[in-house]
Amino acid sequence: MSIKIENLTHIYNPKSPFETIALDKINLDIQVGEFIGLIGHTGSGKSTLTQHLNGLLKPTTGKIFINGMDITDKSVKMTDIRKKVGLVFQYPEHQLFEETVYKDIAFGPMNLGLSEAEITIRVKEAMELVKLPYEGLIDRSPFELSGGQRRRVAIAGVLAMRPEVLILDEPTAGLDPKGRDEILSQIKELHNQMGNTVILVSHSMEDIAKLVDRIIVMHKGTVALIGTARNVFQQVEKLESIGLGIPQISYLMKKLKTIDPNFKDDIFTVEDAKEEILKWIRRRENA
Amino acid sequence: MLKDITIGQYYPTGSLLHRLDPRTKIIATFAIIAGLFIGINFISYGLVTLFIFACIFISKIPVRFLVKGLKPLRIIILITFLINIFMTSGEVIYSFGRFNITREGLYLGTFMAIRLALLVIGTSLLTLTTSPITLTDGIESLLKPFKKIGVPAHELAMMMTIALRFIPTLLEETDKIMKAQMARGADFESGNIINRAKGLVPLLVPLFISAFRRADELAMAMEARCYRGGENRTRMKQLNMTGVDFISLSIVGILLILLIYIRIIA
Amino acid sequence: MGQMITTDKINYHYNNNEKEVLALKEVSLDIKEGEFVVVIGHNGSGKSTFAKHLNALLLPSSGEVIVKGLNTKDEDKIWQIRQIAGMVFQNPDNQIVATIVEEDVAFGPENLGIAPEEIVKRVEEALRNVDMFEFRQKAPHMLSGGQKQRIAIAGVIAMRPDCIVLDEPTAMLDPSGRKEVINTIRKLNKEENITVVHITHFMEEAVDADRVIVMEEGNVILEGTPGEVFSQVEKLKALGLDVPQVTDLAHELIKEGINISKDILTVDEMVMKLCQLK
Repeated sequence: MSIKIENLTHIYNPKSPFETIALDKINLDIQVGEFIGLIGHTGSGKSTLTQHLNGLLKPTTGKIFINGMDITDKSVKMTDIRKKVGLVFQYPEHQLFEETVYKDIAFGPMNLGLSEAEITIRVKEAMELVKLPYEGLIDRSPFELSGGQRRRVAIAGVLAMRPEVLILDEPTAGLDPKGRDEILSQIKELHNQMGNTVILVSHSMEDIAKLVDRIIVMHKGTVALIGTARNVFQQVEKLESIGLGIPQISYLMKKLKTIDPNFKDDIFTVEDAKEEILKWIRRRENA
Repeated sequence: MLKDITIGQYYPTGSLLHRLDPRTKIIATFAIIAGLFIGINFISYGLVTLFIFACIFISKIPVRFLVKGLKPLRIIILITFLINIFMTSGEVIYSFGRFNITREGLYLGTFMAIRLALLVIGTSLLTLTTSPITLTDGIESLLKPFKKIGVPAHELAMMMTIALRFIPTLLEETDKIMKAQMARGADFESGNIINRAKGLVPLLVPLFISAFRRADELAMAMEARCYRGGENRTRMKQLNMTGVDFISLSIVGILLILLIYIRIIA
Repeated sequence: MGQMITTDKINYHYNNNEKEVLALKEVSLDIKEGEFVVVIGHNGSGKSTFAKHLNALLLPSSGEVIVKGLNTKDEDKIWQIRQIAGMVFQNPDNQIVATIVEEDVAFGPENLGIAPEEIVKRVEEALRNVDMFEFRQKAPHMLSGGQKQRIAIAGVIAMRPDCIVLDEPTAMLDPSGRKEVINTIRKLNKEENITVVHITHFMEEAVDADRVIVMEEGNVILEGTPGEVFSQVEKLKALGLDVPQVTDLAHELIKEGINISKDILTVDEMVMKLCQLK
């Protein structure tokens, strides 16, 4: 499912003293099946952008095409957009409300008007994708589950709508490192399995560097940087000037490069760094 | 519509009226309300109007802003006016069909409409010139003497403060949950009343759960900061009646006496 | 350095769905005056339960907690203990009481019955300490998460505590908010000599602590300087906790037979140690 954004501008409270330009002439092209990392500060416009993709906000000006369909057109039905684009909000466990896990996950598919049999299939599938045991959990109340489980139930609630584009707004916020790694690896796996387009909103460069095809850096309502992790991390000065950093290991490699220009500095995993340093040590031994 | 209502809003200008002790303003407001019911003719209402407009002038709040506050109430004012015109018996000055407009009705209708408008403007002026927290302090202080007969002055004030503090937070949360459920296909806008009420469940359940969680955490945070009720508690901002307060109260007092006098002689 | 807080074999259990849960098991720790202690561990490891014992919000089922010579079990001393050991919580929204910043900072001192002139002085001082003085008249909901947490910290220091316990104050913040809060607590520790017990699961925040304590299932399983703790890369990873990337790198290099120290925590240390290699 390709996404094309043309000249998208969104202004909150237009023509009032509180007028703020949240998005300023955004242009973006996202390919079918791409895994995108969207990064930026609170207030950079990330959330405003993702809510546009789901039709929750309407552009002040500009257009959004999802696989050729202009979702900003007035004649487009909301349910059609929601079938295509699934949006998982930050702290999604706060939106759980049903008595049982099954009913809560079924809420989305039900609103799409699917048959009972189809809903059951969808719930089962969604729970498998987030690695929740179907039999053991469907009759439990979501409120008696652990924090990490609740979050996965909430994510399953969106997956059950089988969105072709999946947007996750900081799905790891508030989780500990273990919970974070679990969720991230499940999202990666899910992307591999379903081949859908995934947009992962995050604060953490470390988290998304390893996962995504391309990174979009937002700042003050505009796209500040866009490209592969390697490309984006080259622009340390620019990233730092907007208050974002690069992984510690990338800083190390940049510093080492100042000592020996033969060091590669477009590295962001410990594994690659180790290889580089071992090569360097061997070079020195040979010299 | 909702944003037009000026009662309850605060409009800081730093004027003399803003700096008055909240107790002075609360007492004065009640005195003016009483005055509006004591006054029986246009002379007395002229006095009250003059007083209120003097206050508006001192407060530096644009008159336009206050008049805008009357907008949501114009229907009520109009209805009051019409009911009085048609329902009062007396000397008929105009009639069509079964309806008679009487001189007395016209008089009473105008009178009631003015009373209502002044009532709204007067109370708006209180909240416009007094921040919610100072207002709360004022209410607490005025209720203190009634503590002996069981009025929980401090507790009421604390409840008001916490409510004021959490209204914006809960509004934000409502918006967020609503959007999250809409992303799952929930529909809050269409359908008949029953369907709409049912549709609110996915919004209200998470909202209540979150409100209880917040209450729980807030209680613990307050305890950690040594909160143990109103006993032995001091306040950073002491309310202080100064010369200006006494002068203001005297003016209001004189106005009230004048109104009573007019009523007696009329 | 004197003792700030001592916990002696504290156990804590509670009932959850009729099941007895042991949240803390024989936890004995000493926290010294002026120390900066970071407690890490993942959700459910007992670190928050531990934190709430340090100012008598929870009382141990057995064992004792002594705060500056006062036992938390002693009901008459409870308010004194809470003044000595202030607490900041995770959710910035749920610990601010008042509608104006300075009123909120005044809340603690008001509860202590401090004279109004003195409160005004303390509020100003506390707000300047967390660098939020110019926001004193603002409504809390207009502030960012990091700013709200700094207000919460100001609210605690206005009570003139000897120690601040922070229960995951950065968990809900973005990276810049996190930095603001960490810099503030570091400054309070260095300049005002306030003892800090900081609970977190972000290992970056533990790197320049005086001491790191790792909790798991209600037990203290590792304790020592950041270097000592993080050099146990395998153990921490098995627990599902992070280590700094350069520490991880040092560990990997050692496995490859490179002779480098295992307790490297920062980029500069790593560069230096690599250059010293023969």
